[in-house]
Amino acid sequence: MAPRKSASVSSRKTAAKPAKKEFTGSNIAEFDRDQDMKAYREMLLIRRFEEKAGQLYGMGFIGGFCHLYIGQEAVVVGMQMAQKEGDQVITAYRDHGHMLATGMEARGVMAELTGRRNGYSHGKGGSMHMFSKEKHFYGGHGIVGAQVSLGTGLAFANAYRGNDSVSVAYFGDGAANQGQVYESFNMAALWKLPIVYIIENNRYAMGTSTARATAQSNYSLRGSGFGIPGMQVDGMDVRAVKAAADEALEHCRSGKGPIILEMLTYRYRGHSMSDPAKYRSKDEVQKMRSEHDPIEQVKARLIEKGWATEDDLKAVDKDVRDIVADSADFAQSDPEPDVSELYTDILL
Amino acid sequence: MPIEILMPALSPTMEEGTLSKWLKNEGDKVTSGDVIAEIETDKATMEVEAVDEGVIGKLLIAAGTEGVKVNAVIAILLQDGESASDVAAPKAAAPAAEPAKSETPAPAAAAPVAAQPKADIPSDPDIPAGTEMVSTTVREALRDAMAEEMRRDPDVFVMGEEVAEYQGAYKITQGLLQEFGPRRVVDTPITEHGFAGVGVGAAMAGLKPIVEFMTFNFAMQAIDQIINSAAKTLYMSGGQMGAPIVFRGPNGAAARVGAQHSQDYATWYSQIPGLKVVMPYTAADAKGLLKAAIRDPNPVVFLENEILYGQSFDVPKMDDFVLPIGKARIHRKGEDVTIVSFGIGMTYAIKAIAELEKEGIDVELIDLRTLRPMDLPTVIESVKKTGRLVTVEEGYPQNSIGTEIATRVMQQAFDYLDAPVLTIAGKDVPMPYAANLEKLALPNVGEVVQAVKTVCYK
Repeated sequence: MAPRKSASVSSRKTAAKPAKKEFTGSNIAEFDRDQDMKAYREMLLIRRFEEKAGQLYGMGFIGGFCHLYIGQEAVVVGMQMAQKEGDQVITAYRDHGHMLATGMEARGVMAELTGRRNGYSHGKGGSMHMFSKEKHFYGGHGIVGAQVSLGTGLAFANAYRGNDSVSVAYFGDGAANQGQVYESFNMAALWKLPIVYIIENNRYAMGTSTARATAQSNYSLRGSGFGIPGMQVDGMDVRAVKAAADEALEHCRSGKGPIILEMLTYRYRGHSMSDPAKYRSKDEVQKMRSEHDPIEQVKARLIEKGWATEDDLKAVDKDVRDIVADSADFAQSDPEPDVSELYTDILL
Repeated sequence: MPIEILMPALSPTMEEGTLSKWLKNEGDKVTSGDVIAEIETDKATMEVEAVDEGVIGKLLIAAGTEGVKVNAVIAILLQDGESASDVAAPKAAAPAAEPAKSETPAPAAAAPVAAQPKADIPSDPDIPAGTEMVSTTVREALRDAMAEEMRRDPDVFVMGEEVAEYQGAYKITQGLLQEFGPRRVVDTPITEHGFAGVGVGAAMAGLKPIVEFMTFNFAMQAIDQIINSAAKTLYMSGGQMGAPIVFRGPNGAAARVGAQHSQDYATWYSQIPGLKVVMPYTAADAKGLLKAAIRDPNPVVFLENEILYGQSFDVPKMDDFVLPIGKARIHRKGEDVTIVSFGIGMTYAIKAIAELEKEGIDVELIDLRTLRPMDLPTVIESVKKTGRLVTVEEGYPQNSIGTEIATRVMQQAFDYLDAPVLTIAGKDVPMPYAANLEKLALPNVGEVVQAVKTVCYK
């Protein structure tokens, strides 16, 4: 997708110090073959996993709400490629992609979606509520915007302990209008907390387009009142995401406080499985798919540069399909939690 | 093997739908993500996307067919090298995949649900004979508890409005900034929702925050973080991570501050699984229970009271005085009637007992101290002895702590009751400002005396 004219940071314009770093968000990371292959594989894993989750939902194996990440894969994969061990990730309920990107096992995620005992939360969390302490993934939150304050708390803990970990808090263009987001921005800027706020702007908060929901549609400026720099990034290009992530994480690690990355992205599917998505045209969706697909972009590059043949990529595809198929089999055959689990994990 | 494409469920409640349109024909090649059909439910028209790659071998359900059951085979997808003639006729009655619904165990009646496990809560620690008792205000006791725990554990810190430089809006954090510095005594902006979330996030990362609300009235702004994030995360994460955090501050009516600053939240928080809720009356309980709350690995809501802050009680001078959360304390032993109260409600009960004593009524007074988990066995034991029960609290009367106790006592000690349980609570009105009306809105000693006499038929 063509990013809107890359916005510079509003705080820069008013800042007294001319030496302040400029963030344009328009840099593109140079990927070598390994990086492009890795990005391809990781994004494909999310895509295929989500398609399978959609299918299992259709078959009744997954219940309740199920929000798919298809179309937005470059955001979380590009971010994860820039992060270090120990950096925390927290997001809302469109979270399967984030979990896979942090290295959580497809089996455990899928089994949680089907509410089985070997799911990450033993079947007690479901699609929207999953965690992995080991992978520093702090959920999976069902309340729009709550994860922004919680993620700020993770950054507070990093600052308190004096380590150099950064909290990466994802939220959507919808959550960006919640009050606690700005309460958090204020504290994070005041205390110079190491946090990257990622606004995944997929243009629709459920069925409400950004144009109908926000007075300032450039979300990268949403921190300007607090002096938080921000940049708009082409969230469909994994290299642009990686480049912005490198800059943002470096900004946080060097003690300069929070930063906002507005990822211009798009979800192909409805808000949840039961959303017919009548609020946008088929052409709009089709155009994004055919012209800006994050996976196709990498694929074309790999072929063009002679870094991979169609057969190489087919092999990756098969590998990924096998992982996903295995996770789906596992998630259907794994037993439901023992009834004794009803009363466990309420208090320690 | 050919892949069967099934009629999908597109909402949690969908059982059948209309296959309104095919967008692919037999012989068409499809890849993942291609829209192959449109399905109409009672709510909307939805698109069906292909998950697998292949060639459409057969369309088994004609476009326009109504009442197609979820999970019925609607088409066959051929893989490399397969032809339509490979497709066997689908078994009409047996869908390829059993819907998950049929796999769920039979309803509760058939599947025994494990009983809620009973926590084993220890009794109060023995206070060695000869221990010096020091007259201490509740305010000082709370401060001492925090200071002792902050000395003991570097992960403990306190945050809230005016807790540091100002030394606490009610001076509960007096001196903490001087001893522990601004890293561990953190002044926040006026941002309850935000800093409650920051506290919970820090707790999820393993720190042990004490979040002070200037009053619990303001914590209503933050109640989503307290309940949805702090209380439920341990369960939702299958035990992987929780929030060792204390939310504390004054709760309930103070004096002449009107409706928005005078509400008792005891019953609100006490309903939430995943929280512990403490509401002490004496300074010793305030100290011992706050220390326990800070050490507790679970989120604890610690409800204080502004009017009690300045009241003095004996506190044992011990190196480490910690009390068990979840244990009531028998404040006064008696034979004729049981009064159960907690927090500032105890002040009405104690004054009433002094009057009732003159009339020869011997009251047993139980201070619940903890509202969740509630020490019902102590209450039941007492009611079995006295046969009569009155509860006293300042909160609103509907769904109060008293009504909860009355229900449980009715269920567990019905045969022991000699009179209906009476519940004394605040009146069912927002707190008025006028002095005379405010007095009327709160419980009073006379009401408690009258209730006790009533259950004693005197």
